[in-house]
Amino acid sequence: MVVKKGNFNRRDFIKHSGMLAGGVVLVSLLNPFKLVFATKKPEGNGKWYGIGIDIEKCIGCGSCARACKIENDVPNEPFFFRNWVEQYTIMNDGQIKVSSPNGGIDGFKQPVPDEAIYKTFFVPKMCNHCAKSPCTQVCPVGASFESPEGLALVDQSYCIGCGYCVQACPYGCRYIDPKKGVVDKCTLCYHRLEKGLNPACMMACPTGARIYGDLNDKESGLSIFIKENNCAVLKPQLNTGSKLFYNALSQEVH
Amino acid sequence: MPLQVKRLLLAFAVFIGIMLVLKYFLTPDSWREYGAYRGKALTEISGKEAKYVEMETCAECHDTIAELKTQGLHVSVQCEICHGPGYKHADDPDINDLEIPRERQFCLRCHTKNMASPQAVIKQIDAVEHNEGEECITCHNPHQPWL
Repeated sequence: MVVKKGNFNRRDFIKHSGMLAGGVVLVSLLNPFKLVFATKKPEGNGKWYGIGIDIEKCIGCGSCARACKIENDVPNEPFFFRNWVEQYTIMNDGQIKVSSPNGGIDGFKQPVPDEAIYKTFFVPKMCNHCAKSPCTQVCPVGASFESPEGLALVDQSYCIGCGYCVQACPYGCRYIDPKKGVVDKCTLCYHRLEKGLNPACMMACPTGARIYGDLNDKESGLSIFIKENNCAVLKPQLNTGSKLFYNALSQEVH
Repeated sequence: MPLQVKRLLLAFAVFIGIMLVLKYFLTPDSWREYGAYRGKALTEISGKEAKYVEMETCAECHDTIAELKTQGLHVSVQCEICHGPGYKHADDPDINDLEIPRERQFCLRCHTKNMASPQAVIKQIDAVEHNEGEECITCHNPHQPWL
């Protein structure tokens, strides 16, 4: 197509420019109504919880997963978990094996002979309590929400059990409770935090591989953990604002 | 304005009116207290009973064992990891006993040899070679284990 020059006069140019500028102003006016939202960090003294997991200290005993199941009445079937442990085995030929028999509750067995192993380690997994959590944004009834402390929680008396959030969570941290028919997930033991106790998984860890704390407080154990270690979050490319920081996370983990 | 449009606008107005009335009656009291959710849900979640009471509570009665434990390698191991949640026992110790795991398999959950475990953090044994069939606690005191 040949573009004819000289078709536009000054009046047209000013008119089109004006329309364009007007359009930009109009769209910018819609800014407060944007659909993607994130909970704002509380200003001042509010707590803003985060979690730290030190892979170099995890021995794969599964105490965290066991304590969590007991504390929170999680169904016993091996596919309902609020937290679980995975064993990664990278073999000399580059093959990666990931196993998590019953979430690690009954302990692990290494199926690969020692000579064939290049690298092996445990990765405990749990809710990342994302600041821009995909799971709370998809809830059609406002039953999944982020608390002012930055915890992704579920209002179980309001949940309709549609399961959108179960699919939306990129970390697989939600499940539908078979008895209640509503969604259930890690609350970072909100009921224990409010009573001044540690979350069950943090309490149960015998090596101190798991810590939690206030990210707003730069003196808290977690803030120091993040400062002193080279930490990474899972799936950073998804921009979920994950607040679960792993020390010594290998790139094979996803 | 054409008649059809007037009727349509009227229908919309009635529809929006009904929605507003429904919204007024169906929105829970504490909605939007903190955000687009029921504020009372927070108190409901935090009202749940805690089952693990933590070591300080155990040490109120079992002070000798707690003292013994602080000197050994199991200092960072909470009582309830092995003995189970203590909320009922702390409530009424006469009726509610806690479990005392004695079997070898229980200790091996942490102490069986696995290359994935960081060797600097935990002492592990080869379960096949190391006194097979014996219970660990015949030699090792779980509250103050020796190597």
